[in-house]
Amino acid sequence: MKCDLCNKPAVVHEVTISGGTKKEVHLCLEHAQAAGIAIPGQQPANKLLSKFVIGNKKGETAGHQRCGGCGSTFGQIKQTNLIGCAECYRAFEDQLSQLIEQSQFGHREHVGRIPRKMHTPSHNEIRARKLMRELDAAVTAEQYERAAELRDRLNELTTNVEPEPESGPDDG
Amino acid sequence: MDEITPRDPDVVLSSRVRLARNLSGHPFLNRASETQCAQIVRSTQHVLLNASVAEKIIWIDLDEINAHDRSLLVERHLISKNLAESTLHRGVAISGDEQLSIMVNEEDHLRIQALRGGSDIDAAFQQVRETDLKLEQQLDFAFSDRWGYLAVCPTNVGTGIRFSIMVHLPGLRITNELGKVRRAAKELHLAVRGYYGEGSESLGNIFQISNQVTLGSTEEDIRDIFTERIMPALIDYERSARQVLLKRNPTLLDDRVHRALNILRSARLLKVDEAMKLISRVRLGVCLDRLRVPLHQLDDLFIQIQPAHLRQHVNCSLNEEEELEIRASLVREVLKDVD
Repeated sequence: MKCDLCNKPAVVHEVTISGGTKKEVHLCLEHAQAAGIAIPGQQPANKLLSKFVIGNKKGETAGHQRCGGCGSTFGQIKQTNLIGCAECYRAFEDQLSQLIEQSQFGHREHVGRIPRKMHTPSHNEIRARKLMRELDAAVTAEQYERAAELRDRLNELTTNVEPEPESGPDDG
Repeated sequence: MDEITPRDPDVVLSSRVRLARNLSGHPFLNRASETQCAQIVRSTQHVLLNASVAEKIIWIDLDEINAHDRSLLVERHLISKNLAESTLHRGVAISGDEQLSIMVNEEDHLRIQALRGGSDIDAAFQQVRETDLKLEQQLDFAFSDRWGYLAVCPTNVGTGIRFSIMVHLPGLRITNELGKVRRAAKELHLAVRGYYGEGSESLGNIFQISNQVTLGSTEEDIRDIFTERIMPALIDYERSARQVLLKRNPTLLDDRVHRALNILRSARLLKVDEAMKLISRVRLGVCLDRLRVPLHQLDDLFIQIQPAHLRQHVNCSLNEEEELEIRASLVREVLKDVD
């Protein structure tokens, strides 16, 4: 690459990103010195440039991937313990699962209520399977009171839930 | 407030259940612009006022009222300190009987909370559940199959539910058992907080105890552990500590209680923390039948002596010394006829 100001080879490459626009300057040694751009330890310019490029790549891979919904990085989430939007939960699913597990003392998944609008046969099946597993565990542990409670909940799930309309707003 | 006689009023001042909810399709508050925050307030305000969540519902635009009025709401535990001090656009819907309040743009878009006197988690739980069901007909809450209701902080994800009781623990404080309570609470994944919740100090030996885990159990299971195991154990522990004080040295107990009462009845200047400490001792005396004062009167006094309530009482602003004077005068008036 040639110097922006003459035909000599450019040895200094400066990239400035400001206000979303990228500005590149390529200068030969003389013009770089004239512009007051110091070259620490007279390092070859390509090393300076590669430092810049490598640095940038490192940043992108180490927690700088951004959520498409709100622009948060996982680094920011980890630092503040605050999540930026619902989309972050999808964008950083793996990393968040660890954070959530720590915050929730080892608990990993939701078994509580589901918004009515999301009551679908598949949700009910998932919940029924979870309840069945808990019921089996309770019976094995001879916790009969708990088992009875789980059985009632299972019955409620399979008999009382009215099918939801396929589409359209739920006016309840 | 309701006229129903509260349960376990000797130890439990009030019960609270709250849900954290966020709207899908909107950034959470830590990433929302000013315009987006204002939009959330506008769209939820209309729903909250028209969803028939209470017989009478009042909307308060917290940007519009002054700091004094916001403090009044904090002192009545209707909004959090965090919401009062926030610089975001925010508001609150409060039911006419002050049992339900829905904060908009606190940490999450919505914080639905129900309050009851004494240990009545069940009634508070039922009210937040019904409110949640009504609101979800008109609002889409952020939810995932894996993690349930999505919250700003991972500590609230899942059910988003927090059960808490405000308890008076003078017996455990005097018998130096509070350390054990804190250790047990930590093991049971419970948070122990001060009079105004997160980040606040304990005043008058009053603490807020709440569950920390919101994921991995149903709302009912979290409630059952809280109401059937945690609460009875804590209430019994405090009652036993009070009995220890009574049996070990009744004269010393009477001395503490009567000294406190007489300071309250004669003081001309009272700071809020001193007043709460002394009222706490009087309350202990009442619970152990050493004095006769209706408990609700003392519990009301805890609120009435707070700075914003005092200013409201005299209907003008007060300098520091005037505040101490008015507080002392109010306390003397309330306690003048106590035997």
